[in-house]
Amino acid sequence: MIEIAGVSLALGGSRILDNVSLTVPKGGVTALVGPNGAGKSSLLSLIARLRPLQSGRITVDGLPVDTTPSRQLARIMAILRQDPGVASRLRVAELVGFGRFPHNRGRLTAKDREIVAASLEQFDLSDLALRFIDTLSGGQRQRALVAMTFCQGTDYILLDEPLNSLDMFHARNLMRTLRRIADEHGKTVLIVLHDINHAASYADRIVAMKDGAVIASGETGDIIRPDILESIFGFSMRVENIAGRLTVLHHA
Amino acid sequence: MTAGSLGSQNFAYQAIGAATLLALFVASLFVGVGELAIGSLASDPEALRLIMISRLPRTLAALLAGSALAIAGLVMQTLARNRFVEPSTAGTAQSAALGILVVTLVWPDASLGWKAAGAAVTALAGTSVFLMLAHRLPPTQPFLVPLFGLVYGGVIGAVAIFAAWHLDLLQYLEVWMTGEFSGILRGRYELLWVAGALVVLAWWTADRLTMLSLGRDVSIGLGLNYAGMLRLGLVIVSAITALAVVVVGTIPFVGLVAPNIVSRFAGENLRHTLPWVAGGGAALVLACDIIGRLIRFPYEVPVGTILGVVGAVLFLFLLLGRNRNG
Repeated sequence: MIEIAGVSLALGGSRILDNVSLTVPKGGVTALVGPNGAGKSSLLSLIARLRPLQSGRITVDGLPVDTTPSRQLARIMAILRQDPGVASRLRVAELVGFGRFPHNRGRLTAKDREIVAASLEQFDLSDLALRFIDTLSGGQRQRALVAMTFCQGTDYILLDEPLNSLDMFHARNLMRTLRRIADEHGKTVLIVLHDINHAASYADRIVAMKDGAVIASGETGDIIRPDILESIFGFSMRVENIAGRLTVLHHA
Repeated sequence: MTAGSLGSQNFAYQAIGAATLLALFVASLFVGVGELAIGSLASDPEALRLIMISRLPRTLAALLAGSALAIAGLVMQTLARNRFVEPSTAGTAQSAALGILVVTLVWPDASLGWKAAGAAVTALAGTSVFLMLAHRLPPTQPFLVPLFGLVYGGVIGAVAIFAAWHLDLLQYLEVWMTGEFSGILRGRYELLWVAGALVVLAWWTADRLTMLSLGRDVSIGLGLNYAGMLRLGLVIVSAITALAVVVVGTIPFVGLVAPNIVSRFAGENLRHTLPWVAGGGAALVLACDIIGRLIRFPYEVPVGTILGVVGAVLFLFLLLGRNRNG
C-alpha cells in the first residue's frame, strides 16, 4: 500500500502540489491521469524519493520514503521516469542487468542472469541484447529501460508515461504485461497514462489530478463517465461500451 | 548471446594488449643516453644501477601517471556527463598548479607530499566549481561543456601565471605545466603509487561509476548513494591530477584519448572497460615518452609536448570518425 498524506510541493515560488492525500492499495494497476501540469510526474517523483519531501508524509508498504535507506526502498519499489537521459554507451543486456543492482550490488548471479534473459525476451529485446543503446531507436531504448525496471523485481512499479515512443504492438504488450504481473504476482503498478483509453482498458483504478490536487479517484468504471471526464479534461466526450470495454470517444 | 566467442575474442585482445605494454616496458628500460645493452646486465653492476636508479623509476612513473590520468579523464567524463572534458583542459590541472604555487609561497621547504596535498585541495575546489557550472549548461549542446572548460581552465591558468610572474616563480610554474619524465629518479616518483591505488579504487567502484552515467533518477531508483558517489569521483579526479602535476607536471590529452578510444570499441560498462582505459593510458604515455627520448637524440623532448601533438591528432581523428558514423 502507498499512503500519501498532506503532501504539498512548491518549486521556484509556484505551487506544484497542494495538500495531496491518496491511498493506493496493494495489488492491481492504478492509472494516474490528468491534463499537462497537473502534478502527476511530481507526485511520482516524491513517492520514488527522487525529490525531497517538503511537507506531508509518504509511506510505501509502511516504510516512510524520506527516512528509509534508499537501498532498502530499491528492493521494493522501481521507478521509470520519462526520458531519464541515460548517457552511457552500454549494451542492452548490460543496461537491463543493472536492474538487479539493488539485489546483488553488481555481481550477477545465475538467477540474475535468468531474470535478465526473461526480461529481454518479454520486451522483444533478445535480438538486440548485444547492441549499444546509443544505436537504438527511441522506442527500442524505451523498451530497454522498461525491461531494466522490470528486472528490479520489486513489488511496487512506478512508471511515468512509459508508452511514449512505443509503437502499437509494444504499447499493447507492455500494458498486457503490467496487467499480468498484477494479476498473477500481486504486483502494485502505479502508472501515469496520457491516453485515457489505455487507462479505461487496463487499469483497476484511476486517480485523476488537476492543478496539483486529486480531483477524482475510484474504480475505473466510476471514473470513465462523461461528467467526470469533462471535469478533469475540460471538454465533453462520449463514453461507449464497445465489445465489453469502456471506450472514450474523445476525437468526436 | 554469443558469450563464448566473445570470451575467447576478449582473451586474444587481452593477450595482445599485455604484450604491447610489456614490449614498451622493456624498450623504455633500454632507450636513453646512457649506453646499456641487455647482455651487460648480468656482468656490469653500473648497468644494473642505471636501471634501478633511473630507467625503472622513469618507466614505472610513466605507466602509473598514464593509467591514472586516463582514469581521471574517464571519471571526470562520467561526472560531467560529457565525453569531451578531461582534467588538463577543464581547470583541474590549472587549479592544482595554482595550489602548488600557494604552498611553495607560504612554505618554501614543503615536501612533495605536502605540495600534492595542497594541490589536491585546490584541484577539488576548482573541479567542483567547474562541474557546478557545467551542469547548468543546456544538455542539448554537448560541445558547450568542453568549450566552457577550456575557457575556465584558461582563466585559472592565467591567474597562476600572473601570480607566478609577480613572485618571480615562473620557472617553477613551467615545470608543473609541462609534463616530463627526465627528472624522475628513485625517490622522486613514489607518490605516484598513491595515484595507482586510486585507479584500483576506481575499478573497485566501477559498477557504481557506470550507474552515475545512467543519470541521477535511475541511480537513485536503483538505490545508489548518488551524492556520495559524485563526491568520491571528485576526490579521485582531483587527487590523481594533483599527484601527477606535482611529480611529473601536466600531461594533456591522455584523459581524453584513452577513454574515447575504448568507449568506441568496447562501450562504457566500466567494470569491463576500466582496465583497458588504464592500460591504454599507460601505453600511450610510455610510448610518447620513448618517442620524446629518440626524436632529437641525445636531447629529450618533454612527454607533454609529444602528447600535445599525438593526442591532438588522435582526438581530431576520433571526432571526425564519430561524425562519419553518425
